[in-house]
Amino acid sequence: MASMASALMASAGRMMSRFTRMLTAIASLALAGLFVLPLWRVQLVAPQYPEGLGMRIGISDVRGTMPTDLDNINGLNHYIGMKHITPSAIPELRYMPWIVGALILLGLIAASVGSRKLLLTWVGGFAVLAVAGLIDFWRWEYDYGHNIDFDHAIIKIPGMTYQPPLIGVKQLLNFTAISWPDTGAWLALAAFGLGVLAVIITFRQPAPAAQEHAHS
Amino acid sequence: MRSSVKLYAAVGYVGITLSGLAYACAPSVKTNASSGLLAGDAATRTYVPPGSYDEYYAFLSGGFSGQVTVYGLPSGRLFKQIPVFSQFPQTGYGYNEDTKAMLTTTFGQVPWDDSHHTEMSLTDGVPDGRWLFINGNNTPRIARIDLKKFETEEILQIPNAAGGHASPFATPDTKYVVSATRFSVPIPQTDVPIESYKKNFKGTITFVRADQPGKMDVAFQIMMPGYDYDLGHAGKGPSDGWFFFTTYNSEEANTKLEVNASQADKDYIAAINYKQAEKCIADGKGKKFGGSYVHNYMNPATGIATSETKTGVTMLYPADCDGLVYYLPTPKSPHGVDIDPSGEYIVAGGKLATVIPVHSYTKMIKAIADKQFEKTIDGIPVLRYQAVVAGEVQKPGLGPLHTEFDGKGNAYTSMFISSEVVKWKLGTWQVLDRIPVYYSVGHLMIPGGDSKKPWGTYLLALDKITKDRYLPTGPEGSRSAQLIDISGDKMKMLLDFPTMGEPHYAQAVPASLLQPGSLKFQKLTDNHNPDVTTAEAAGGITRKGKRVDVKMIAIRSHFAPDNLEGIELGDTVYFHVTNIEQDWNIAHGFAVFGANTSGVTLPPGETRTVRWVPQATGIYPFYCTDFCSALHQEMQGYVRVSAPAMHVPLTANISKVAQTQNGRMPAEQGEHGEHGKRADGERR
Repeated sequence: MASMASALMASAGRMMSRFTRMLTAIASLALAGLFVLPLWRVQLVAPQYPEGLGMRIGISDVRGTMPTDLDNINGLNHYIGMKHITPSAIPELRYMPWIVGALILLGLIAASVGSRKLLLTWVGGFAVLAVAGLIDFWRWEYDYGHNIDFDHAIIKIPGMTYQPPLIGVKQLLNFTAISWPDTGAWLALAAFGLGVLAVIITFRQPAPAAQEHAHS
Repeated sequence: MRSSVKLYAAVGYVGITLSGLAYACAPSVKTNASSGLLAGDAATRTYVPPGSYDEYYAFLSGGFSGQVTVYGLPSGRLFKQIPVFSQFPQTGYGYNEDTKAMLTTTFGQVPWDDSHHTEMSLTDGVPDGRWLFINGNNTPRIARIDLKKFETEEILQIPNAAGGHASPFATPDTKYVVSATRFSVPIPQTDVPIESYKKNFKGTITFVRADQPGKMDVAFQIMMPGYDYDLGHAGKGPSDGWFFFTTYNSEEANTKLEVNASQADKDYIAAINYKQAEKCIADGKGKKFGGSYVHNYMNPATGIATSETKTGVTMLYPADCDGLVYYLPTPKSPHGVDIDPSGEYIVAGGKLATVIPVHSYTKMIKAIADKQFEKTIDGIPVLRYQAVVAGEVQKPGLGPLHTEFDGKGNAYTSMFISSEVVKWKLGTWQVLDRIPVYYSVGHLMIPGGDSKKPWGTYLLALDKITKDRYLPTGPEGSRSAQLIDISGDKMKMLLDFPTMGEPHYAQAVPASLLQPGSLKFQKLTDNHNPDVTTAEAAGGITRKGKRVDVKMIAIRSHFAPDNLEGIELGDTVYFHVTNIEQDWNIAHGFAVFGANTSGVTLPPGETRTVRWVPQATGIYPFYCTDFCSALHQEMQGYVRVSAPAMHVPLTANISKVAQTQNGRMPAEQGEHGEHGKRADGERR
């Protein structure tokens, strides 16, 4: 294990091939899609809501699947004493676009410079940010689901919390909450996959000096 | 005429004893009955499983209920009753401040009418699903129903008329809908002996401009001889530009019409060239004529109906406008006049005739060119019967009234007296099939069957009496509709279902024409009612002299404000309640104890105003009348009514919880923030 890591670091100083640089550039640019595509969707279905109520969570906003869904979810949540979901009160939505922008920029720099070190940093940073983002999303879900105003809640069920799942299906009173990655998340996953592919190709390539010269 | 004296005697007898004996007297005719069809077949044809949709929307006239009912076909399920000419306590239509102006006429508020014929708007002669028109017969009016909301949006009174029966049939482009006087009267109205009918009584035919929502108006009227004008239909295709109306009582009888108006062998179909009318008016041949009438319009932006009284119309006299009107002699006291999808055949339902006469448009044009005139009445040439008739359907049955078409060359005629539907072939005039209906069918309807493009799968027979068809409900039984499969050679009875009021006529279109456009809720941002309240905290109470205005929201499961004080005996209170829900079908209702009007339903996003004059001091609850949510029973509030001497300050509470927890479109976000500030400032 340790020898693998040291081998990796030893070869990290070398330059990327034209193909892997292209892959990295495409992966970075694909992330621009996150400025329009939602990352996550939370769907709420109940007997009286056969068409469902839905939320789409993106890097800069939380909005209803239909324009009025968020208001309707908030309206229903007052029965259980849940806080209003107010996008302007979620600071992450203000700095996530900057973080994604930085990630795109770093990827493009890695691709244009062709540095394996930068590529590794980029893919690693991407992974860390993705995990951190998921944890942060879970924390918000936990906060909304547990931080209930029991003094004013109309429906009080001892021990009941209303945290929707991160991924999957969960019954919350009459509502079935379905939480699932949306197009943005799949795009980000694909971009990450391209990044990993670039790493694999780059580091599996034997590095004859001649080839290196040809590229530099 | 090759009529049988014996038969006429029987018909006369039937007329006297009303329709009760009609089917007993009918000659025995061979029918395929419904025995050819297994009950199971009919069941599978009409069974729409729970949660599934019908193929067609059908709009049935509510007759003397003054309304329109919306059914699904083939299931016969009732979806909605649309209030039109009658007050409707179920929703508050005609009672609340917003809608009561819809029923204004020059006779004041007329809260009832006898609605007869539904007519869908057309584009190029095909139903287009934009609007539905319906006429009021008693106090002549035409209403336009918007088919996004399924609500009445406009009602125009028809001046210089009595009995608007031949109405509101539309031209192929919906430029005009028409109304003709069923009852001739002195025009303008004057106090004359009824016996002076022949001298003083006249009929009018009115063309109403109908393709500009909010601006329905009388385009022109035609002064006609004093007959009874019964039904009408526009030409189409080659006959586009013509309108055909049946007349009866060309005898001009003023008493005992059942005998005295049934003497002549033939009455007339009036063929009106309305393009020629437009030309004559452009040439200045129209006369300025009096007559006042009211136009009522429910502005969709504000949800408030307003009335405008108008005076004067352009009147055309046939003698002043050559080529405007021709009479086509038609046996005998004809009722329906129906134009086949090609626009060539003009089918008359001579209700006392032994044949179904069919006129040819081509022959009519030739007869006019050749001046094949029998005589002239008040400047109207009467064409020779033989010069215009295309053929006669022999021995069709008794009492032919109305004909519709399947688009495959077949016609279907309702037989009132012999209580059957008869299928016959256009061109050969040969009877192909007949099926009994229960009982005494009036109109019949094939979806699009009066248009250029019938959807010829089903036929709906609209029956006047039901007798033994259903479990009895006392002396007054329902009327009914019967669904008949016309997709094969033989007609098959599929279903019968009771109807509201009398279903004079109906229209039906494929569901796909209306379902996608049906509005789910009014957007609050599109609600421009001057008394709208768009946020919890924006409601309030204000006083101007003896008038108190309360602005209030309704949302699951409370009103805000919900405690009102400072109202004094002698005040008139206006509750302006806005349902701020923005979700499909999430309705509330509002009613206050002791109010002398009906409660109101509050569709999502809409505002309704209820007027209330408290009669005694005390505490009055108000509540939500539409079970809206799990805590619907908690959705209530109180009004305190005090003696003026008590000087109770005017207050309206809005709880802190309501403001913070349930604020929708909070004032700082919504464009209606100014309402919030104003109400706050005015609250004492």
